Amino acid sequence: MNMRKLKEFIIEKLILLSGLASIFFVILIFLFLMKEGLALFNTIKVSAFLLGKSWYPISEPPLLGILPLILGSLLVTAGATVISIPIGVGAAIYIAEIAPGALKEILKGGIELLAAIPSVVLGFVGMVTLVPLVKNVFHLPTGLTALSGSIMLAFMAMPTIVSIAEDALYSIPKNYKEGALALGATHWQAIHRVMLPAASSGILAAIMLGIGRVIGETMAVMMITGNAAVIPQSILVPVRTLTATVAAEMGEAVVGSEHYFALFAIGIVLFIISFIINVTADLFLHKRQ
Amino acid sequence: MSKIITKNLNLWYANFHAIKSVNACFEANRITAVIGPSGCGKSTLLRVFNRMNDLIEGVRTDGEVLVDGENILGAHTDLVELRKKVGMVFQRPNPFPLSIYENIVFGERIHHGFIRRYELDEIVENSLKSVLLWDELKDELKEPALRLSLEQKQRLCIARLIAGKPDVLLMDEPCSTLDPQGTSRVEELMRELKNNYTIIIVTHNMQQAARVSDDTGFMLLGELVEFGKTEKIFTAPEDKRTEDYITGRYG
Repeated sequence: MNMRKLKEFIIEKLILLSGLASIFFVILIFLFLMKEGLALFNTIKVSAFLLGKSWYPISEPPLLGILPLILGSLLVTAGATVISIPIGVGAAIYIAEIAPGALKEILKGGIELLAAIPSVVLGFVGMVTLVPLVKNVFHLPTGLTALSGSIMLAFMAMPTIVSIAEDALYSIPKNYKEGALALGATHWQAIHRVMLPAASSGILAAIMLGIGRVIGETMAVMMITGNAAVIPQSILVPVRTLTATVAAEMGEAVVGSEHYFALFAIGIVLFIISFIINVTADLFLHKRQ
Repeated sequence: MSKIITKNLNLWYANFHAIKSVNACFEANRITAVIGPSGCGKSTLLRVFNRMNDLIEGVRTDGEVLVDGENILGAHTDLVELRKKVGMVFQRPNPFPLSIYENIVFGERIHHGFIRRYELDEIVENSLKSVLLWDELKDELKEPALRLSLEQKQRLCIARLIAGKPDVLLMDEPCSTLDPQGTSRVEELMRELKNNYTIIIVTHNMQQAARVSDDTGFMLLGELVEFGKTEKIFTAPEDKRTEDYITGRYG
């Protein structure tokens, strides 16, 4: 009897421990990020960091303005969002409502497969196919542009958007559709007048999570956006994103230098952006229930 | 006058013969109840009249269903027009997750592109008045319809239906989720509506059929066993099976 109780006790505590561990590590990461990142602001003002127009970390003295990087990230993300929302939501509607049984399963499998492709592979494929295409279509000196990054990232956001939006559409009560059809609505009228509004919060959450995936992506953008840390004037020029900057420069930054601290500060900025996106998505998801 | 006539109507779900050679006339401005035990095909029969069975894969029908003299089973039937004429109230009230107002004008909006605001207002007022909800809801038309009570929701669904001026109201167990007071108020409403509409109600509640209907059909295993005046079906049924059912020997 006592043996059994002891066993129960130990298992319970072990599970508790693993639960606490995840929170513990998040807090540790956060504190470390803060400690290293905030050290930058002893020498530079926050506004000079966020709004500075030049990123020359190895000039003397270093110029550490990340506005070009923020704009690069936003531009690539905005482009990817514009491309992936209509295609993703359209695919979700098709899978949830229109596709016949067998095709539906094939499409769902395909979407899952798309999610399983490592981003470096997508980046590589983009580099040898998409980049020359963009270069030729728009007659550019280089195809390594924000647009190429946007198109590639749209592929990465799509699985998230499709599967969550499809789930949202699938889980609305069947009798909404029946009711609309019984009033003489066509299938499309039932979808866009009743089903889409009913699933709207789930679809918005899907979009937010898709955006979250895009803004945090590193490898593919580093390979195909050209990595020029200048303020972009159009979507057809090379840009550099926040993530690519950290990935590319962390290895060569001298530990304890301003450059090193600045890369951590970029980490904080990314952390805050992702946090806001995830909280927004969560709010939409909870509104649905 | 006969509003709906079925001639030798058969229906199969894949290999299951759900409706067997049904011949019946549903009269205008009367309430016809279709009763029978679960699975007898009464809901399926109702769903033939507005072709809702089309949503189910593998459904096959033959025979004729004449609505105002026109066979609606043909491939050329305009389902939008049919469903505008033959409306349906479902077992579970299914207002859309929109405002009360938008629920009622839903049909108007999908069938006519642009409508003037005052015309819509008028439709909302008239429809809500005819289901006796106007006084309760006139100040909260912008509220979400999902906040209403079950009975209010069901009335709203009826209001939404009659806003489109149908001829026939099909009601599939419209009171089965309501409490006794709600049920009796919806029945009262049905009696009022029958002056303007042809009402066909499917119910497994025999007392309800006896209370509200003028004509009754009894279905069993896909067959329409007996069809006639409600009084006669409930007091002097001709078929032994009908008698057994209404006296509660099975079902």
